[in-house]
Formats: sequence, structure tokens, C-alpha cells
Amino acid sequence: MYKIVKRRELNPTVVMIEVEAPLVARSAEPGQFIILRTDEDGERIPLTVADFDRERGTVSVIFQIVGATTYKLSLKGEGDYLRDFAGPLGMPTKTEGINKVCIVGGGVGCAIALPIAKKLHGMGVKVTSIIGFRSKDLVILEDEFEAVSDELVVMTDDGSYGREGNVCVPLKEKLEGGETFDKVITIGPLVMMKFVTLTTKPFGIPCVVSMNPIMIDGTGMCGGCRLSLVKDGERVTKFACVDGPDFNGYEVDFDEAMLRSSMYKNFERHAYDAACNLLKKEEV
Amino acid sequence: MAKVNMNIGRQPMPVRSPEERRRDFLEVALGYTEELALNEASRCLDCKTMPCVSGCPVNIAIPEFISKIKDGDFEGAYKVINRSSSLPAVCGRVCPQENQCEAKCVRGIKSEPVAIGRLERFVADLHNAREREKTEPVSNNGKQVAIIGSGPAGLAAAGDLASFGYGVTVFEALHTEGGVLSYGIPEFRLPKSIVKKEVDNLKAAGVKFLTNTIIGKTLTVDELFDMGYEAVFIGSGAGLPNFMGISGEGLNGVYSANEFLTRSNLMKAYLDSPDTPIMKGGKVAVVGGGNVAMDAARVAARLGAEKVYIVYRRSMQELPARREEVEHALEEGIEFMLLTAPVEILGYNNPDDKRDAKNGFVSGMRCVKMELGEPDEKGRRSPKVIEGSEFEIELDCVIMAIGTSPNPLIKSTTEGLEVNRRGGIIVNEATGATSREGVFAGGDAVTGAATVISAMGAGKLAAAAIDKYLKEKD
Repeated sequence: MYKIVKRRELNPTVVMIEVEAPLVARSAEPGQFIILRTDEDGERIPLTVADFDRERGTVSVIFQIVGATTYKLSLKGEGDYLRDFAGPLGMPTKTEGINKVCIVGGGVGCAIALPIAKKLHGMGVKVTSIIGFRSKDLVILEDEFEAVSDELVVMTDDGSYGREGNVCVPLKEKLEGGETFDKVITIGPLVMMKFVTLTTKPFGIPCVVSMNPIMIDGTGMCGGCRLSLVKDGERVTKFACVDGPDFNGYEVDFDEAMLRSSMYKNFERHAYDAACNLLKKEEV
Repeated sequence: MAKVNMNIGRQPMPVRSPEERRRDFLEVALGYTEELALNEASRCLDCKTMPCVSGCPVNIAIPEFISKIKDGDFEGAYKVINRSSSLPAVCGRVCPQENQCEAKCVRGIKSEPVAIGRLERFVADLHNAREREKTEPVSNNGKQVAIIGSGPAGLAAAGDLASFGYGVTVFEALHTEGGVLSYGIPEFRLPKSIVKKEVDNLKAAGVKFLTNTIIGKTLTVDELFDMGYEAVFIGSGAGLPNFMGISGEGLNGVYSANEFLTRSNLMKAYLDSPDTPIMKGGKVAVVGGGNVAMDAARVAARLGAEKVYIVYRRSMQELPARREEVEHALEEGIEFMLLTAPVEILGYNNPDDKRDAKNGFVSGMRCVKMELGEPDEKGRRSPKVIEGSEFEIELDCVIMAIGTSPNPLIKSTTEGLEVNRRGGIIVNEATGATSREGVFAGGDAVTGAATVISAMGAGKLAAAAIDKYLKEKD
């Protein structure tokens, strides 16, 4: 059992929890993920490491309430326990050989982007962060990004905060204005990452994307997290859990990944409704 | 000596009828009654040459345990088996006896072999049903051994090492112990209560289990030595599922057998309101002909599929699955498309409506018919495509059950651990010793996908070798 030592709501649907897991905290690195189960017979869900404290032996994860499991997870408070918490899984984000980086985060993906920005900033890398949200009330981690970025641009789709528009707008302006980066690292919704790669491609800058597909074991056993890379016209199957989650954005077949991410959409909607109904009944 | 009965045939295993069992997950085979067991035991000739023992990967003293059954000493029979096997209730159910002990049985020459596996299961189940005398932990000799993986190899090694007096910790990556016994083999063939019992027995004997701990990620093999473990056994299993590399394998509704079975078995997606989803119903094709393929097909049928096909490129004769599993599958209405190979998985795509919920899902599979050529050096006849034989079947789900490749997690984080060209860990076959001092390995991590009993045998072999190694080290 793994104790939740701290819980914080970042916006109405995004929650951060800090969990006691000393063995995971010992070796976790930015870009890696964990798999947790809330309760016995619960679903295994992968969540990327948002922060870790080796001394306190804790790992923080940030999640958005999107389905039955994340809803149940959101109901756990400080002092409550998670049934399982395994990791760190996947390969850490590569941080070598970078002097100047642009980090592009979208929505809850910013939670994953932050530790990478933090690590690079700590290494003396010049960090430009572009973070985007749908509207003002969904903005998260602005102060945290401010602290680890040489430049921070906040975007909202509806213009209710920061600049209006999506993250590709300032990215494109910078690149067209002659700014260069050794690497662009982007984390967020698949469609956003796809458009970030399309934006950077004409400028020949390496673009790394962080994939977060459906998976079960996270150790390379089930193959559910597979995605296709297209390398020199050849399709190659990779497993996000052991080969990733970071991939060369120019090789990822995003259209397939988007379809695969919707495999259990109907099931999830029903499960979410069922979980909510069940809890409503318990309240009565 | 008990008399040999030459007049009765092999006693049939009582099974639930296909109509009754095809839609539920309760165990198919019910096990021998005492009468059936005594009858079957009486068929054993108690040969002095004991050919059956040589067919057993762990050399169980088969005529000796059957003699005990003849005498009505069922617990004595269990003790004989238990000398060589850590998991009799498991192996009595899942061993391919027809290719092992029973293949060598002298009775099989003129009639049918003695049903050794069914007798093993009978005594093991009787033993498990009995009130247990509490297993006391053997006094610890102060030395610690780490076991990686709690599948059949790891459980066998852990049991033996604990009984030798070592402090044993088993590291398991998943949240439940048992490895393939938990995530792979379905409930109707191996009830999870049996696996739990085996694990609980080891816990009572002092073995510690650490779940959610991935060696190669959470901790490395070198860190295990730093923590004070003096020897390490790697029984991490087979790993990455293979795909065919044909077009359409990324479509929704295409599973590896590992994923499909894990969702159903480990995550209990077969229950009424599971948290973990799985595709239920529709038309399902399972590609492959091994036991895993049979398991996946029978799970799909139980989850409510209207049609389940086994698609296999050779003929019935070459099917690698156990005969009994094939027979059960046939009885349950699984349709065998033999001498057939997939060439493309077809997907649904509505060009007029990008939001059509069926877009990206499997709609069918294009296949070719095959014929068998001349036998190769191993005697296996390799299949060849019949020109112009292409045809399509309508499907909602495709399950790839065509084997696995070794998992790279431990290899890539353990310096000096040598692996073969296929990624299997290289060991001394007599001891399980790897290229790293103090590191032993066995089971699928070494051989690639094989059987429960051979993994168990490798675990026992390594346990003896670890004992010898640690004693000589002093």
C-alpha cells in the first residue's frame, strides 16, 4: 500500500498527488512513468512522473479526471492509500547535448513537461516554455514553469488568459523570426503534438514527443501500447512502455495513435457514468 | 505388489458439458473421483525400467507414486511427487503429458497410456483440500537469495531455497504473484485459487514477496547484490509479444494474446463490471496454434463471441497445442481454419464521416490458403502459399498468438549478462549459472516460450546450484 501524503487541486479537473514510494523515488527520472491501481480489482493506469523527492521518498503525479479510474483516484485524500504504485517505467527523457530547448506543453501534458524543463534548467540549458490551455480556469503550473524557464509563453484557446491561440502560433513566430533550438520537446494531446511536429519540421529542428497510449503492465509484456514509426518509408512497431515514451516526432504515425487511443471510448463513458451513479447512491 | 488390471481402458476425465461450460469461466475438467483414480492406478505395470520417469522434465518417481495410490496412501503419493515437483496441482492440470511421461508409457503401445497427469492432479487436489499442518519456516541460515519473477520457475526456486534454509525474497513486477499462471492461463483451466494456495504456502514457509517491483527498472541486479543478496535467480519469463508485421496490426481490435489474456485473467475483465475493458462478442480470429492460442480462443468464446476461429498455417497434425485443449476447443464450437495464413488485417473506414465510431476498428482479414511442402531437417513440413487462393473473412477482433521474444529490461541493465541471438539468457544447462557470478537463470527467460514444468524444473535445478555455489563460496 502506498500513502498519499499530499493532494492539491490544480484546476477543477486536474489533481496532483504526492505518494510515498521510496523505491520508485530512488531512481525516477523526468520522462518516466508509473503504473498505479487505486484499489483491489482496479484498473492499472499509467501516469507520468511529475516530480520526485529522493530524500522524502515520494513521487508526485498529476492526473486529469477523464474516466472511472481517475474519478475514483480523485476521491482519495491525504492519508489515504493506493493499492499499487509501480515504477519507474519507460526510458528517461534524453537531456544530453542540449544548450537551448523549447518545451511545448498542452493541458495536463504540462505536468509531464515541467520536470523536464526543471531538469534542463538545472543543467544550465536555456529553456523556452510554451504552455497552452483551453481557457483561464484550466491553466496549471504557471508559477512552476516561470521558475524554470528563461522565457515563458502562456496561451489560451479563447484568449481568456495570456495570449489567444494554440501553442503552434508563438512557436512558428519564433522559428520564422530566426530563433533556433537544439531540440523541441512537446507533451500534450496527440493532435497538438502532431501539429507541433508539422510546425517544426520545415526548420529541421529535432522534435521529441512523449506518447501516452493505453497499456496494462508497462514492462513490455502486453503489447497494448504499440505504435507505428515510419522510418525511411518502412513501418516499424514499437512499444511505448519499453522503447519510449519519448519518440522522434517526425516518425510517429499520429493518425493511428489517435484512433488507438479511442479504442475503449464507449466503455469508458459507461464506466465513468456507472462510477458516478454508484457514488451518488452511496451519498443518499 | 498390487495386481495390474489389463482389462479396463484409460479412465475418462469427468468434464462439464460443452453447453454448460462454454459461457462461463469455471473449471472445465472436474478431476478424478477416488474410484476412477484407483481404477486408473491399477492399469500401471510398475515397469522396472520406468520409461515414464525419463519423459518427465523433473523426473518424478511416477511408478512409486502410482503404487502409493494403489495402496490407498494418497498423501504418501503426494509426498513422492512433491520430492521432485513444487507445483503438482498446477502441473497435473497444464503439463503436456501426452508428449512427456505418458508418451513413454508401455501401456500406450498396445492400448492407451496410464493417465499420469490426471492421477497427479487427483493426489494434489486431495492434499490441498486437507487441513494443513502449519508450515513452519525452516531456520534461516542468514544468507539471502533474490528471485526475479514469481512464475513457475521463480516459485520452484523459492520453495527449494527456503527449505534449504535461505532467506528468500521474490520480486514481482505485476501487482499479483504467479506470473503466467496468473496473467496467462485462464481460470477455467487453472483456477487462481490454486495458484494463490501455492504462493501462500511459500509465504508460510518464510518466503517474502515484493510485488510492484520491476528488476531492471525499480532496482537493478547489481543493486540486489549491494542490498546484501548473495545470489540472484532470474525467472522473468518470455516478454515481448510477437506480431506478424502485416498491414493492419495497429487497428483497434487487434490484440496480442498476452494482452487479451492479461485483461481477462489478471485484470478480471471477464467479470460483470470490471474496471478494465476488453472487447466482448462479435467475430474473433486467433492467429496461431499453440496452447496460448487455444486459451485465447476459448476466453473469447466465453466472453460472448458469436464466432471464434483459430487461424493456423499448418494442418491439424502439426498443431502444437495439447490434444486435450484442441478437443475442448472443438467441443466448445471453436472453428479451425487450418492451412490458412493472414496477409492483411482490414479496417473500417468511413470516408464520409470522420467521426464514425467504427473508424479504425477491425472489419476483417485477408488470408491465403497454404499447402505443406517437404519435411525440413527437423521433420516439420513447411507451409507454402497456394497461388490465387486469397479470400476474406469478416471479423471484429484479431488476437495474435504467435509467440514472444525475451524482455530486454534485465539484460539491458545488467552488465556482463550474456544473451543469445534471440535475446535468451545464456546458461550452463546443468546449473542454470549465467555469465555473471552469482546470477542464475531459468524458464522462458532462457529458453523462450516453453512449458510450466520445464520452467519449474529449471527453477529447482538452479536452487540446487545456488545452494552449492553459496556453500562453496564460504
